[in-house]
Amino acid sequence: MNGPDEWDGRELPSSPGERPRIPSPRTAAEDHGPLPDAPPAPAPDPDGGFPPEAAAEPPAAPVILPAPAGAPPHRVLKSLLGAWALSACSAQETAAVEAHLTDCASCADEALRLREAVGLLHPADSLDLDPLLRSRVLEGCLGRRPARIPVPEWATPYDAEAAKLDALLRDMGEAEWRAPVRLRWFEGERPVERETTVGGVMGHLMAVDGLVATALGLTDPLGTAAPPGTPDPLVRTETFWRAADEEQSPLATHAPWRDQSSALIRQVSFAGTRVAELAVRYGDFRLPLRDAFLDRAFECWVHAGDIAEAVDYPYEPPAASHLHQLVDLAARLLPSALAGRRRAGLAAPPKRLVEAGAPGRTLHLEVEGNGGGHWYIPLDSPAALGAPEHTVAHIALDSAEFCQLAAGHISPEEAAAGQLGERDAIRDVLFATASLSRL
Amino acid sequence: MQQRLAHGEAAALGEFYDRFASLVHSLAHRVLDDEDAADRVTREVFAYIWEHPDSYDPKQGTLRSWVAAVTRHQAVQRLRQTEAASARDGGTEAPEPAEIEQKIHEASTAARADYIVTSMPAPLRAALELAYFQRRDYRQTAADLGVTEDEARRRLRLGLQLLSTAHHHQALPPAHRAAHPPRAPHARVPRPPHTPYTAPGTSAPPGPGHGRSL
Repeated sequence: MNGPDEWDGRELPSSPGERPRIPSPRTAAEDHGPLPDAPPAPAPDPDGGFPPEAAAEPPAAPVILPAPAGAPPHRVLKSLLGAWALSACSAQETAAVEAHLTDCASCADEALRLREAVGLLHPADSLDLDPLLRSRVLEGCLGRRPARIPVPEWATPYDAEAAKLDALLRDMGEAEWRAPVRLRWFEGERPVERETTVGGVMGHLMAVDGLVATALGLTDPLGTAAPPGTPDPLVRTETFWRAADEEQSPLATHAPWRDQSSALIRQVSFAGTRVAELAVRYGDFRLPLRDAFLDRAFECWVHAGDIAEAVDYPYEPPAASHLHQLVDLAARLLPSALAGRRRAGLAAPPKRLVEAGAPGRTLHLEVEGNGGGHWYIPLDSPAALGAPEHTVAHIALDSAEFCQLAAGHISPEEAAAGQLGERDAIRDVLFATASLSRL
Repeated sequence: MQQRLAHGEAAALGEFYDRFASLVHSLAHRVLDDEDAADRVTREVFAYIWEHPDSYDPKQGTLRSWVAAVTRHQAVQRLRQTEAASARDGGTEAPEPAEIEQKIHEASTAARADYIVTSMPAPLRAALELAYFQRRDYRQTAADLGVTEDEARRRLRLGLQLLSTAHHHQALPPAHRAAHPPRAPHARVPRPPHTPYTAPGTSAPPGPGHGRSL
């Protein structure tokens, strides 16, 4: 297309940003063909421009010169049609284009089309998709045509939470990825915290999801940097953070994290129930794969909440059916967490010995609200059975509060829980819940 | 993706939703201007695609353009039903059939225009964004984008030319069935030679907030 040089002489030597508001009045050009609208009275500058005041305020009675030779050529005017339709050219250009349109049928047609097109421009909706719509849509689909290869039920909370976090990340710019995030959890009796960035949190999620990925035979996201020996979430995270390239955009972890989470879902869908009990090693303990997926869903939600808080976005809790599975996992982990604390001298010794499989002293954990329910926690030993008729203590708290406690975001002393019965048992269970948290 | 859906893989359905839900919901919302109705159309569109994955023909355009066409069709059908129902209940104040047709035509054109804007090459979208929403003239647009003024004029004109093709279609006839959604719009849209469209199956289009910037 034409170079700007073809337009020389028609441009104002105007100051930057100056943009005459109104096109200069068209003079009687009809008889003379396309005309430049600039009044010819003052002689053009030596450099070919017009004095600015000439354009801003034409003389009352301009002398009209029939000067078609001064009009820009057809192809220049045509190239201006888009800018003209958007009112994004100078007054001189606007006038020159409009003069041309009275003459040139093809340009006039196009000008009309482009002006109409401008009317179709529309600001984007800032509406965010309801995060719970995903589950409803997928359920509706699967109700009409059942999946031949379903996602196992214990993997659906992870699927939903990863998709929700992905949607949050897609709305964030690079500066937000650098936002500081405070990660909090409980170690022993005390809260600890660690400062990182949104990018760092995503690296942490990816490194620990990698434990599940490698258990399923997928590639380790840490690659050759993977620490030898027993896989440990903390060691893996720190390895990943150290190996991270400072030069790289923080957004660089988004796609690999999402690819890995999609691959995990796909892998367990094909493997199905055969892998549900496969042991996944987390440092000093193991979880069967079905529980590891619930654990990863919980971590994904908790850290997505940390990220959302850091960048001041709203974030929704999981759907009730998913939240129920996450609370259930925490409740099932409590007896061994209690036993671990007892071995470490942090919890009271058992009041009596119970045979494995026999009912023993029980704490009734009542979780209220979204995803809640009733759980009976055996207090004497992980091998004992919790039984309602052996209840010695009762705790009632909201599901959001319970999850915050299990995430290590609030301390056991501060948890807003209704309490009834043996105080030691209640204290031990609340501390054991907080001790489920880790980096 | 189409094969995975046809194969009945629920994980593929989830990935498909994550890729297209915001497109489907925003187009449905543009036609119907109602959040609940847009949610319902979103459910219908994904259910239709999940039940009929074979009705997509890659020869007719990208997967994205097909999803947009199915959405527009479903949303316009729903709008037609709502308008017909309110016409029946409206008594003497009910709108004339011609008015209803006009409204449907405009809603359908607006949805088509939205789709064109979100699918056009990012440089054209960026130029329109500056000139229209930020009220920059083409010289400022050129400076902002770091291109020549000539190129800025070219992008604005080309962007509007693409957008103007939204007008070149008939509103879908009432009897039209969803089994054969209309041809993909950008099968007919002139394609600038140097800027490739995002093909289906590739990663997300460039730029944050894709599909939301205009």
